[in-house]
Amino acid sequence: MQRIGVFVCWCGSNIAGTVDVQAVSEALKNEPGVVFSTNYQYMCSQAGQELIINSVKEHNLTGIVVCSCSPRMHEATFRKTAAAAGINPYMVEIANIREQCSWIHKDMEIGTEKAIILGKAAIAKVNLNAPLTPGESPVTKRALVIGGGIAGIQTALDIAEAGFPVDIVETKPTIGGKMAQIDKTFPTLDCAACILTPKMVDVAQNDKIRIFSYSEVEDVKGFVGNFDVKIKKKARYVKEDICTGCGVCTEKCPMKKVPNEFNLGMDNRRAIYIPFAQAVPKVATIDPNACNMLKSGKCGLCAKVCTAGAIDYTQKDEIIEEKYGAIVAATGFNPISMDKFDEYAYNQSKDVITSLEFERLTNAAGPTAGKLLRPSDGKHPHKIVFVQCVGSRCESCAEKGKEYCSKICCMYTAKHAMLTRDKYPDTEVYVFYIDVRTPGKAFDEFYRRAVEEYNVHYIKGMVGKISPEGDKLMVRGSDLLNNKQLTIDADLVVLAAAIEPDKSARPLATMLTASMDTNDFFTEAHPKLRPVESPTAGVFLSGACQGPKDIPETVSQASAAAAKVIGLLAKDKLTGNPCVAQANELMCNGCSSCEKVCPYGAITYVDKEFRMPNRTTAIRRVASVNPAVCQGCGACTVACPSGAMDLNGFLNKQIIAEVDAICK
Amino acid sequence: MQKITSEALINKACELLENKTVNRVLGWKVGEFAYDITPALFTDCDSLKSDFVFGDFCGANFSKYLVSETRKSDEKVLVFLKPCDTYSFNQLLTENRFNRENVYAIGIPCEGMADISKIKAAVGDGIVGLSSEGDKIIVDTLYDGKQEIDAKSVMAERCAVCKSKKCVAYDELMGEEGEIVDSNRFDEVEKLEKMTEDERYAFWQGELSRCIRCNACRDICPACTCENCVFDNPESSVQNKAISDSFEEKMFHIIRAFHVAGRCTDCGECSRVCPQNIPLHLLNRKFIKDINDFYGEYQAGAEVGNRAPLVDYTLEDLEPGEALERGAEN
Repeated sequence: MQRIGVFVCWCGSNIAGTVDVQAVSEALKNEPGVVFSTNYQYMCSQAGQELIINSVKEHNLTGIVVCSCSPRMHEATFRKTAAAAGINPYMVEIANIREQCSWIHKDMEIGTEKAIILGKAAIAKVNLNAPLTPGESPVTKRALVIGGGIAGIQTALDIAEAGFPVDIVETKPTIGGKMAQIDKTFPTLDCAACILTPKMVDVAQNDKIRIFSYSEVEDVKGFVGNFDVKIKKKARYVKEDICTGCGVCTEKCPMKKVPNEFNLGMDNRRAIYIPFAQAVPKVATIDPNACNMLKSGKCGLCAKVCTAGAIDYTQKDEIIEEKYGAIVAATGFNPISMDKFDEYAYNQSKDVITSLEFERLTNAAGPTAGKLLRPSDGKHPHKIVFVQCVGSRCESCAEKGKEYCSKICCMYTAKHAMLTRDKYPDTEVYVFYIDVRTPGKAFDEFYRRAVEEYNVHYIKGMVGKISPEGDKLMVRGSDLLNNKQLTIDADLVVLAAAIEPDKSARPLATMLTASMDTNDFFTEAHPKLRPVESPTAGVFLSGACQGPKDIPETVSQASAAAAKVIGLLAKDKLTGNPCVAQANELMCNGCSSCEKVCPYGAITYVDKEFRMPNRTTAIRRVASVNPAVCQGCGACTVACPSGAMDLNGFLNKQIIAEVDAICK
Repeated sequence: MQKITSEALINKACELLENKTVNRVLGWKVGEFAYDITPALFTDCDSLKSDFVFGDFCGANFSKYLVSETRKSDEKVLVFLKPCDTYSFNQLLTENRFNRENVYAIGIPCEGMADISKIKAAVGDGIVGLSSEGDKIIVDTLYDGKQEIDAKSVMAERCAVCKSKKCVAYDELMGEEGEIVDSNRFDEVEKLEKMTEDERYAFWQGELSRCIRCNACRDICPACTCENCVFDNPESSVQNKAISDSFEEKMFHIIRAFHVAGRCTDCGECSRVCPQNIPLHLLNRKFIKDINDFYGEYQAGAEVGNRAPLVDYTLEDLEPGEALERGAEN
């Protein structure tokens, strides 16, 4: 029989405001096993914890029930308190009478009644608790960063700085990501390449960092501290260690009409290419869909001109298997497709472009060498309309846009408008907006400058329709402040397309068993207190894969994620979670249902000899759980038809006892 | 009338016993009454010739017997499987419940089995003899002598809506290969679905209240092969749930239906053996229909080793909330 102490927390007025804490501690006094029950203003405070410790000693308690906030908040705190008082930390149960009770009820009587019931359930569970001891597992001191944009680069550099080896996996032939495509950065207007490319070089030169470019993560197994990852290095048909990046092949290749994805298809590249001058690694890649040699075996020119002999048409995809202690997702974002926005005539006119395309048009390394020219006729545009929130904050158009605010568009549109007016003062610039959102250091000042110093015409209202007429684009929109309809005959229209997580994020999240929100952004372990950790232990989040972010925010989050990784890798051993599944071999049928539902691959089967009736024996197939791999999700216990599989700390009989206590 | 005769099966079994392919045979044998045919284990040809029968009253599905039988000896056991039995056979193999190498399975055709309770209802008590002739069943009774009844009219419900005449697992097939049948077996379930909640509760209360908890349904069920059934395990906490209210019988059957969900092949043995004639198979069939509706057509036991919808996950699976909504619509 347990000797249980019940500790009811007021949480100031958070609980005591809606729950009669005195009545709760009184009512729970008479439950089976309870020998002591009290309440206190802040149970998590030093004094509250002292109260628990002293009560354990005074009343020889063997189990503790704390009626307080969510176990996610303070379960760890009270387990430590129990350990300090000399009892097993897993003899503590939390009854959540705050989030699940006081915060959602207004009526004191109802709240109190529910708090008592929740307390009874926790007591019923503690009566069946058994002390648990966690195991230990080693930590592989190497990190994997998935994504080689500014987020991944910063995270990798910071981890390497602390002395741990890091691998970056990037699907493109070069690292750099979206930032490499951007011209200038707000609010300081320094050149993106000038601040990014030195970091890319740092990555390349750091002997702790390996770059797997043109590669994808194919499979992830294992758990925090011990991930087994398969990385597919796609064949680039160029030997990376031999290619010098001289670029002769890219000049001689006869396939000249391959759309250049780095310039968003606004100009062409060759079938063998280096995405941009500062690419890292600076190695050519053959596009197998465009190369004649690979498609039909006719050509081979690049191999002839390559003095280093780096071309290898027989190269195959390679699978690299590596162990990691921590994984950082830094898969970034993409602008959404404009295909469904017929009203903006994106597919009808070449002169309706997205903001990212505008970046390339104004970039000195872009298709127009930095001159702002219309894609249709190469003429200089004299009237430009920027449309903000294209697909962002779009509640009614869920099938084509996004409900959320993409966050970065207000600032980059102000930047584009300002830079256009600065370089081409003869150009009129209009911006249609719903709201201008500029919360950030020196952000509002930046926007004010665009309006006040550069005379950018900001119009509050949305654009209803854009129709090409002759060489003009008729932009029809509303001006809400002046309460009138406008038509502007623009030469160029720039759409601030909403951003969405990269498409690779969803399958990656499945591999990592990391959770995502409905928009496919990775969810964090806690939105305020653990913003760079995924709820899956050992998986961390960096950059826009977690939510829309500008560069300064991305870099700070990247460094924060690195700090968390370093904290993990600095440990030699990790204490496991003792709340893992175990199979009762005598009851196990060997049916494999648990093995099939286990998301972690923690269950295997062994043949064992068992005694059967009448002095016979039989060899039966029974389940066996690897406690280091099991995450205690409990899927197996539900799938098991015979009830042989059970979860320590959450035994079936404990859960039924809780339900019984609630339904009594 | 079955197309395959007892003699053909006896000869085949004797042949396999004699050439040492198998050392025992699972088969049907006449019990105390003519209609009371029971499963039996034969180890020699003489006993096969004297006792083995096969006819319109041999409903028993032998798949489940293989779990205990294959543990007794390393030598092969011969089993005769009707098409619906082969699904149970596959399902048990999928769940690794016996060793395939220890079994010699012969698939046999089946024309549907008679339901003895329907015969009793038609002719009354005192049955002393039963035989089949063409599409007639001749019943010899104590009080009224011989009576002829139409075999179709007394066919078991599960056979009237037979889902497959095709044997999906065997080492050897006797008779002709059958086809999977486009049956209307969900019609009865749909009738229940159309009832209001109260009507449905009253229906099941009427049926299940007759339950005497003899456990025959569980003991015959090829999906119920747990080493230690939750209802026999005081640790499982399920037992005391089954006696939680005055209509306790429902809990046993609901828990059992959940336990076999996704694994039940709809062989109908539960209803066949029920001494109270409760249509238990309808509970399981409702689950099968729901699984089909939610996750696409799925037949448990159609093949060995397939991942059943309830223990599998694909990105296309509908979310639980969606399933709940669609469930509410039905």
